[in-house]
Amino acid sequence: MLMAVKVIYKHQVATRWMHWINFPILTIMIWSGLLIYWANDVYKIKIGQTILVKFFPEWFYKWLHIPYRLSEGMAFHFVFMWLFMINGILYVIYTLVSGEWRYLVPNRHSLQECWQVLLHDLHIRKTPPPKSKYNAAQRLAYTMIILMGFGSLVTGFAIYKPVQLQWLTNICGGYEAARLEHFILTVGYVLFFLIHLLQVIKGGWNNFRAMIAGFEVIKDDTKQNK
Amino acid sequence: MVDESAAKRYKRKTLIAFIVFFAMIGIAWAGWKWLVNQPLDNGIRGGIQTPLRKVLDLNEEVYSGLYSTKNLVKEYPKSAAVKKARVNGDVGLDETLFDTAAWKLQVVRTDADTLFLTMNDIKQLPKIDVVYNFKCIEGWSQITWWSGTRFSELIKKYSLHKEVQMKFVGMNTPDEEYYVGIDMPSIMHPQTLLCYELNGKPLPMNQGYPLRLIIPVKYGVKHLKRIGTISFSNTKPPDYWAERGYDYYTGL
Repeated sequence: MLMAVKVIYKHQVATRWMHWINFPILTIMIWSGLLIYWANDVYKIKIGQTILVKFFPEWFYKWLHIPYRLSEGMAFHFVFMWLFMINGILYVIYTLVSGEWRYLVPNRHSLQECWQVLLHDLHIRKTPPPKSKYNAAQRLAYTMIILMGFGSLVTGFAIYKPVQLQWLTNICGGYEAARLEHFILTVGYVLFFLIHLLQVIKGGWNNFRAMIAGFEVIKDDTKQNK
Repeated sequence: MVDESAAKRYKRKTLIAFIVFFAMIGIAWAGWKWLVNQPLDNGIRGGIQTPLRKVLDLNEEVYSGLYSTKNLVKEYPKSAAVKKARVNGDVGLDETLFDTAAWKLQVVRTDADTLFLTMNDIKQLPKIDVVYNFKCIEGWSQITWWSGTRFSELIKKYSLHKEVQMKFVGMNTPDEEYYVGIDMPSIMHPQTLLCYELNGKPLPMNQGYPLRLIIPVKYGVKHLKRIGTISFSNTKPPDYWAERGYDYYTGL
């Protein structure tokens, strides 16, 4: 059977590489961060006297082999931070220089359209929201995640060098505050990742292929009966 | 342009892209396996894979460049200090083996006799208070009030001019169970103390009676309790926690 296709180039080669390089690096940063956090694991969410969530329960640590590995965690964290930082900076430079930022940075319609995306995704709203390369929710999410990366660098350095980079620590509201912010940002990455994963599954094969090969291939109905 | 051959072509392109993708996953995995299976560095600094140690040493180069003696650690009023300072380590502090009356601080000079200083000798030096946020490498911190004399006063008083030209200072507990190595710029920092008081009272035994190091530009691991010997060198002196996989520099 003859099938005419239309090819849409979606993701630039640089974007794809930096995206996939970031994935294992961020994984290592989160894992080694856990090894560090374990040594002083004081964060919990409480209502009154009741502990709702403890970061983290014993089974969780045991499951991931976290306990008593602080030195190892610090070593990996302060080695791979370079790669995380370099990859992130290259991505931002590339996005700015190539003009890709135009598709990514939210515009004045994004906030309102973001609701339409959410309602559509939850099957409450039927008509699909407007979309160029990224829809409004994607614009917000992908810009937010870059800002979060920047936040991790800032809060990270504020904890790492609180004397020599005191001004940075002060901006973060102090040493202990910076540590908490660094932790919250990391929780944010994990939540981002979970939603991202769901959306990728929902997005289907063509969408996923675009992140690997760069293009989507779609049936071209206009030429089907030539 | 748009025909069956295009469909075929893009199928091939897709296939190649996925082969490259999986090859990269393989390479990344192999690289990770290589790294974690590297022999552990077991020199002065031990406990972690040699490549990681090399990068940590590189980090030291970078961040010691950031260091300035002018960058002071923030100080607090005495009232902000905790009443009970946390006690975290007891290595080198075995009381049963320690003769408080016989204690003297030994300062090993490079080309002269070792100095033996009594607590009285040290108390002759100008006394200052430092109230700062003590930071443990584990991640907790505590505002604590310490008093003693600047390390640099010792250098001045005993004319250790040759010694201060060297790159590192090594310190041991009297039983030599605990030991640290510290770079000269950090030990000469104006807030680095030979400390003999906590909260205005003599140090408790578990805080390193009679004399300990307070060095606010470093994590707690470098704050050696109960100083027995001080020495100077151009190579990195042994460091208890660096041998167990921690960063040697640990500068804040």
